[in-house]
Amino acid sequence: MLQLINVNKTFNPGTVNENHAIVDFSVTINDNDYISVIGGNGAGKSTILNLISGGLIPDSGKILFDGSDVTRMPEHTRAKYIGRVFQDPMMGTAADMIIEENLALAFRRGKRRGLKWYITEKERQSYREMLSELDLGLEDRLDSKIGLLSGGQRQAVTLLMATINDPALLLLDEHTAALDPKTAVKVMELSHKIITEKNLTTLMVTHNMKDAIAYGNRLIMLDKGRIVLDISGEEKSRLTVNELIERFSASSGGELSDDALLLS
Amino acid sequence: MSFNFTSFLNSCPGALAQGILWGIMATGVFITFVILDYADLTVDNSFCTGGAVCAMLILGGMSPAVSLIFAFLSGTLAGMITALLHTKLKIPGILSGILTQLALYSINMRIMQRANVSLLKAETVISLKNIPHSIVIGAGFMVVLIAILYWFFGTEIGSGIRATGNNSRMAEALGINTDTMKIIALMMSNGLVALSGGLVAQYQGYADINMGRGAIVIGLASVIIGEVIFGKNINFAIRVLSTFIGCVIYYLIITLVLQAGLNTSDLKLFSAIVVAVALAIPALKKGKVKGGDR
Ligand SMILES: Nc1ncnc2c1ncn2[C@@H]1O[C@H](COP(=O)(O)OP(=O)(O)O)[C@@H](O)[C@H]1O
Ligand SMILES: [Mg+2]
Repeated sequence: MLQLINVNKTFNPGTVNENHAIVDFSVTINDNDYISVIGGNGAGKSTILNLISGGLIPDSGKILFDGSDVTRMPEHTRAKYIGRVFQDPMMGTAADMIIEENLALAFRRGKRRGLKWYITEKERQSYREMLSELDLGLEDRLDSKIGLLSGGQRQAVTLLMATINDPALLLLDEHTAALDPKTAVKVMELSHKIITEKNLTTLMVTHNMKDAIAYGNRLIMLDKGRIVLDISGEEKSRLTVNELIERFSASSGGELSDDALLLS
Repeated sequence: MSFNFTSFLNSCPGALAQGILWGIMATGVFITFVILDYADLTVDNSFCTGGAVCAMLILGGMSPAVSLIFAFLSGTLAGMITALLHTKLKIPGILSGILTQLALYSINMRIMQRANVSLLKAETVISLKNIPHSIVIGAGFMVVLIAILYWFFGTEIGSGIRATGNNSRMAEALGINTDTMKIIALMMSNGLVALSGGLVAQYQGYADINMGRGAIVIGLASVIIGEVIFGKNINFAIRVLSTFIGCVIYYLIITLVLQAGLNTSDLKLFSAIVVAVALAIPALKKGKVKGGDR
């Protein structure tokens, strides 16, 4: 469904800070792939997601969605295929707008926006149901400003927003990293539930090796802007944390520093 | 310095009329500064553009009411230019406004062909000569404007504009064309600013090349005074109304300080101080609650 072909991205070209962040990057993501992406800090994980979403445009190479070239398609147009959750819980919602406004904005992703009222009564009903499934007590707070919610609540709402109309591709960028451990587990489980229930093609960047192993049917490891490991199916399900560390060292030819990947 | 209360009371209706008429301009500033989170400096001269267009059309024989429509349209054009400079040519927001503002000075001169055009002999919709009537007409504009804005910012597009101002990265990711939203908002805003300029020109009986100078500051002062009094967590319609009330209060304060003996030429300094203090209030309040970061 998604193909990246020989994609390159260099930040600050021609300066002392020149940084070839993504190098001759090629990958094919199939329908219903549920991929966990790992890699050390600065490996290029977020950059890859930004290239896919259209937040960044590659210097060279192609990005194909179901065979059609979207390499230069603006982010807001590409958004019709893509749901996103960012690492920062502040990023995914509009703080000064109320919960139902945020959900209604997300519900209209990929649809024409006109001069109709921003929400219908039927939508409001369905939002209330979706929120009550989160079990965070938000179903009676449709008219609360998002800014009043906790980070975990916001991230759960962002997850709803990203998946509300079944995106062709779901991008999660360390979306539990900024949460306290308990909330992180809750949001992770919620994500897994939604992804498997809706059978969403997903690219999930995570800092957590255990999560990377536990979730998804495919695992991709990045290092210095390249894929150094790409395993799926049987092979992935047999993977252990230790093995993952070994394979990382072997393929990147370097030692894994402690802070590069969290093993918790 | 002697303060005469009776003469202050006598000036109140005038301040009320001015507050309402300039309040339409302040509402334009509210749209850009508050909703879109964009400091648009086009305002200072698009205000005059509205006045100039109205004045010339009226002198050319057009009905003063119809001329207001053209004033509004001229403002939307000015806003569109600022928006295109910013969104398509990637010029920083403040600079885009400054460039259009500067260019408009020449254009306004071209429209008026001189620095000042008198309307004293012409028929106008409102006039200083009949302040109560002007207040009623102004209030009519205000009510209709509040109703339209309440509706518009509750629609899908209006909500897209609010999302763009609140979190543009999220808006883009949700498929909102943030460039288009900025263009619409800047056109609406400057349309209202120019409409206000047209009404003020008719009210005071002339259009002047400098009539909009400092308008952005008056607009900001109105928005902030309104926010300080009513807060932000109120119904959208009341938020717009609070901007009008802020503008009326601004003009009452100005009247007061003039009565107290301040010079007209001191007003700009005074206005700047009022706005600086008002803008500093959130920071000052935050300073008191140490450690809290929101
Ligand atoms: N906007 C940017 N400008 C300059 N350099 C950037 C930018 N975004 C990312 N980088 C650099 O690109 C590399 C990859 O970054 P990123 O994709 O954010 O890594 P990851 O998400 O894997 O931690 C890093 O060296 C980072 O410093
Ligand atoms: Mg990252």
